[in-house]
Amino acid sequence: MSSIKIQNLRKEYSNKVQALKGIDLEIQEGDFHALLGSNGAGKTTTIGILTDLVKKTSGTVEIAGIDIEKNFNQAKKLIGVVPQEMNFNIFEKVEDIVIQQAGFYGLNKKQATEKTHEILKSLSLYDKKEQISRTLSGGMKRRLMIARSLVHDPKILILDEPTAGVDVKLRHEMYEFLTDLNKKGVTILLTTHYLEEAELLCDKISIIKEGEIIISGKKEKVLNDLSTQIYLFESQNFKPQSLKNYKLSKTENKNEFQVQINKNQSLNQFLKESLAENFTFESIKPKTNRLEQLYLELT
Amino acid sequence: MQAFITLYSKELKRFLRIWTQTLLPPIINQTLYLTIFGSIIGSKIGEIAGVSYIQFILPGLLMMSVVMGTYSNVVSSFFGSKFQRSVEELLVAPVSNFTILQGYCLGGISRGIIAGVLVLLTSLVFSSFQIHSIALVLIYTFLSSYVFAQAGFLNGLFAKKFDDVSIFPTFILNPLIFFGGVFYDISTLPSHLKIISQLNPITYMIEGYRYSFLGIQGQQTTKTILVLALFAIGLTWINMHYLNKGKGLKS
Repeated sequence: MSSIKIQNLRKEYSNKVQALKGIDLEIQEGDFHALLGSNGAGKTTTIGILTDLVKKTSGTVEIAGIDIEKNFNQAKKLIGVVPQEMNFNIFEKVEDIVIQQAGFYGLNKKQATEKTHEILKSLSLYDKKEQISRTLSGGMKRRLMIARSLVHDPKILILDEPTAGVDVKLRHEMYEFLTDLNKKGVTILLTTHYLEEAELLCDKISIIKEGEIIISGKKEKVLNDLSTQIYLFESQNFKPQSLKNYKLSKTENKNEFQVQINKNQSLNQFLKESLAENFTFESIKPKTNRLEQLYLELT
Repeated sequence: MQAFITLYSKELKRFLRIWTQTLLPPIINQTLYLTIFGSIIGSKIGEIAGVSYIQFILPGLLMMSVVMGTYSNVVSSFFGSKFQRSVEELLVAPVSNFTILQGYCLGGISRGIIAGVLVLLTSLVFSSFQIHSIALVLIYTFLSSYVFAQAGFLNGLFAKKFDDVSIFPTFILNPLIFFGGVFYDISTLPSHLKIISQLNPITYMIEGYRYSFLGIQGQQTTKTILVLALFAIGLTWINMHYLNKGKGLKS
């Protein structure tokens, strides 16, 4: 079943900027889905529409089968959102911020307090519950926003660059927390600029560029379908200029070269053509395909 | 309903936490008015409509405390939450626009009423007061503060910077209050000024309040309540219209 289904979604702002140009995106229940794109690509606009902070121009959005046009409040009960920027009252106590959010989702004071304490403990914020939120460190503020987003037990969690400005230790704690959450059945949609985050955490990836989804699917499939296969090889007599159909470069290591095989070429073909030129190889190995490389190529 | 209770108690907590900014100033201001206009100047004016000057101005000063407290609470709290973007906590949650509107407004009304009660208690130092009709006191207090709560919310919706929050109270609200008959009897004005005064909604509030405390009839009670009710309904409709459009909140 689809947790989020977006069809032909368009958004044109009042200044005539077309932030979304008819995107389609489907996120299945239980997915950990990354939405990647450079600044201004349309990630935050998409999340804004899903969470009722941005009004769509046209298209349809369904949350667990509920059309947001028809019953957004019902759909909102299923969603927790962690925005990109801090958006809590900086004069309020940590505990009050989370309890109030629970109240907005219909939990009474007793339920809200119990749930708040539970979630603050799981995010190591319980000791800070009496503290005024503006006095928290950057990482703690992020965790507070995650706590606030989870207080009503959402089925879908949407995170807009949640680890920006968070130190490495805390980031990895957050990864563990999100992975556990996903294992418990929470569908997660994540936008991030830390590409290793998407690689490490997500099982599905969509890449958005200038308001259009240019690729979407399982992480491995996305990499296999579109990525360039890169191989490193050692050769003492290799002359890159002899094989003009391939993107070849010399590495920093002695006698080591790099070849990029695009999806219309094959390693076999490259080897055949090299042997025909009487080149010999001491070794050949694949270079690990990094999502970052693919991402940079596409965006 | 739980969302409304949560928002309302959040608003209550907010203005009680900063009581030196929200509840103390009206007491100081009205004490100054009562001292200077009531005791010092008032003793030289004598009686108006059969009561001492200080008693005559007291209902108007109370109304001023109630409506100004209400208005400034709603506009500053709502604009503050827009400015900090904490209003997004409400927008992403399953909370109706009507709940948001009335939650902020009831918070403001509560502050206005508490400020009014505190000023009333302070006024006992200067003069005794009488109540002609407790029911009308309650009706006028609620209707007037409701109208100003809605006006404050509208100001907050349209405000883009902190300056916009203070422009309306300074340039429109204060003149309307002072020309609404707080310190004088509208019936003593020349006829053309009387007509102008009748266009000022605050005149109805002050005269209605004065009648409910002192029994001095200004405008007709039914007419006054009707005018206030029309303002209340009209402003609520306008606020809901802009909230549903996402004015100032959603792009």
